[in-house]
Amino acid sequence: MFDEMLLENGSVRPHYQGFETWKSARESGYLEAKKAEADHLFRQVGITFSVYGDDVGTERLIPFDLVPRIIPAAHWARLEKGLAQRVQALNLFLKDVYGRGDILRAGIIPANRVLGNTQFRKEMLDLNVPSGIYSMIAGIDLVCVGEDEWYVLEDNLRVPSGVSYMLENRKMMMRLFPDLFSAHRIAPVAHYPDLLLETLRQGAPDAQDDPTVVVLTPGLYNSAYFEHAFLAQQMGVELVEGKDLVVEDDTVFMQTTHGKKRVDVIYRRIDDDYLDPEVFNKDSMLGVHGLMRAYRAGRVTLANAVGTGVADDKSIYPYVPEMIRFYLGQEPILHNVPTHICSEADSLKYVLDNLEKLVVKEVHGAGGYGMLIGPAASKAEIADFRTKLIAQPDAYIAQPTLSLSTCPTMVEQGIAPRHIDLRPFVLSSPSGIRMVPGGLTRVALKEGSLVVNSSQGGGTKDTWVAAD
Amino acid sequence: MLSRTADSLYWMARYTERAENTARLIDIGLQQSLLPGQQREAQASLAGMLGLAELLPIYQKKFGDVDPESVIRFMVLDEENPSSIWCSLRNARENARAVRGQITTGMWETINATWLEFLQLCDEDLPLTEPGKFFEWVQMRSHLSRGITIGTMFKDEAFRFVRLGTFIERADSTARMIDLRFHHIETMDAKSGALDPDDPEFAVREFYHWEAVLRSLSAFEAYRKVYRDTINGSRVAELLILNPDVPRSIAACINEVVENLKNVGNGNSAETRRRAGKLAAKLRYLTLEEISIEGLHLWLTKLLGDIDDLGVRIRQDFLVL
Repeated sequence: MFDEMLLENGSVRPHYQGFETWKSARESGYLEAKKAEADHLFRQVGITFSVYGDDVGTERLIPFDLVPRIIPAAHWARLEKGLAQRVQALNLFLKDVYGRGDILRAGIIPANRVLGNTQFRKEMLDLNVPSGIYSMIAGIDLVCVGEDEWYVLEDNLRVPSGVSYMLENRKMMMRLFPDLFSAHRIAPVAHYPDLLLETLRQGAPDAQDDPTVVVLTPGLYNSAYFEHAFLAQQMGVELVEGKDLVVEDDTVFMQTTHGKKRVDVIYRRIDDDYLDPEVFNKDSMLGVHGLMRAYRAGRVTLANAVGTGVADDKSIYPYVPEMIRFYLGQEPILHNVPTHICSEADSLKYVLDNLEKLVVKEVHGAGGYGMLIGPAASKAEIADFRTKLIAQPDAYIAQPTLSLSTCPTMVEQGIAPRHIDLRPFVLSSPSGIRMVPGGLTRVALKEGSLVVNSSQGGGTKDTWVAAD
Repeated sequence: MLSRTADSLYWMARYTERAENTARLIDIGLQQSLLPGQQREAQASLAGMLGLAELLPIYQKKFGDVDPESVIRFMVLDEENPSSIWCSLRNARENARAVRGQITTGMWETINATWLEFLQLCDEDLPLTEPGKFFEWVQMRSHLSRGITIGTMFKDEAFRFVRLGTFIERADSTARMIDLRFHHIETMDAKSGALDPDDPEFAVREFYHWEAVLRSLSAFEAYRKVYRDTINGSRVAELLILNPDVPRSIAACINEVVENLKNVGNGNSAETRRRAGKLAAKLRYLTLEEISIEGLHLWLTKLLGDIDDLGVRIRQDFLVL
């Protein structure tokens, strides 16, 4: 078990020394009092999320932990290079599979795995995506298992969320502990909305001088509504719902108090399936009739593009290192977790023989649902998954159980180690790839748990990239 | 700005104002019930208040007789009564949440905190145990919300729609309140026989009745300043309808509507502006005598129609998609 703050003998790693000194100088009960203050502030600010299945309109706080997650600047510098490399390759892959298909012809990835993938959108074939960048906003999930030893767990290229928590967590920490920030050199993150706006504007179609950018939300009761409203406000752009938009002459307009106004770039936080009832889910009330027509005509930019799911699908994930070699001619800087693709006979046999050691995930699953964590599972759960795997092997992948790093975390019994991951947000525009240092650290609050998703009781921490 | 956004801003302000006006209305009814010999009047006044919002039948079905506690349960805590403070504050907050990106952080946090504190106060039973304190709290939260709007919000279209919501709602509420109070004192007269103006009891009753009306619209001090004379119904009506310097008077509200409409004009809104301007001009040059000739109740009924017409037109011109 690798703890990011403490060495095995219990002494504190150098990059946490400043925090430790500060903490030990506080009276007991100080952090608990600050924690109560933070909860009160979060509720007052309304930084809440809704959980599917709860009553409509129920809002919960995402638990916020006061102990920061600190990453040494040198480690981050390497991560940043690796993330840029990976996202660049993933975007080239998307452009390729919806265009020439070089990587398939070269036999690097079996063609049916891409073309037969449920996330592959044939509507995107030969559609000219403005600026050629498919995933302008990517969230890459990383886990640390040892000293500067990182793995990519998952790529999120569709509508990655959580960036508002990254920003609000930092704001909260600075409000609660200004003295901590004056004593450390912590890389700032507050300029993220500026970078995002710039990225979106640069992606506008037909070189619009002053493009109109909007954020498209499914509405008030979506679990991430707070984030949609937050980003729109921070960027100073309109937050729209599908019903606010109309398409006329293959151009998208929003309905304003002064009539219709053209929209050039849509940062959409709605899944592909609900985007346009003319093309996708016909019952969608969230989307915009004719949006795909406007998109195809090159009159509007969607961020992210339709069909990016084919690149972050778990069955494609094992091939990302090969993509990096194929498109960039470089060795991957960040490692993949070794992955068994259950649709391959040899792999399936291995997986079935070793279920109690492995993590099995649904290829199309998300949010930490529908997975088996072998070492923590009961015999019945393992037997259940065995049946599922045999019935539908191509719906699953399996990975060794990684020993995720831990970080001291405030729990009921005091401060104890809990497992964490990291989701940096990577922005791609024609002028390059940018990100703010760090990202969102999620923490599994249950003892021993490896599931960090907020929908399953995960919390978050402020993430510091700290100069030595 | 988006029509849907303008709509939410407008309703956010209307519901905030509505919660305040409901609190003012019930508070005066309850205060009257504390005066000696006034129970019957207070009860009639509470019933009149329910009638004013056309809620009496629903109320009677649920609670039967009109008594202060049930009225509080109905007008404050009842989630099924669309006019309850519960619903007004919740709707204000839901509309604010829908446009939280368009209002300032301070505004959102104020409206959100109002809702959260309201739930807390209800848990603590404050509306029933200390209604006076509770209604004061509702009014203070409304002042706070309005103050932070004026003090922090960029004065663009969004601000204008907030203000339009506030003043359309307030004009409507003030007109109904005046109508109710005059109707009420007339029915009292009809029941118990009009008192002789020279009867000392007449002066006492008049004073308490009109003083309560003035206080419930925060116009008591203004009355003293303007008239420097004893309190009587005609002057109260004149002050609350025609005096543009009384912040809750109908004239003041319509002037604000005109002013704010000026700043949001679009291709459709000329007629709405004309009608608002005409109404403001009428209020400016009208005298109470002229109103009396037509009869106050009839005149107010027509006025309520005009205010309603402005509200509908604003929605049609700007807010409906």
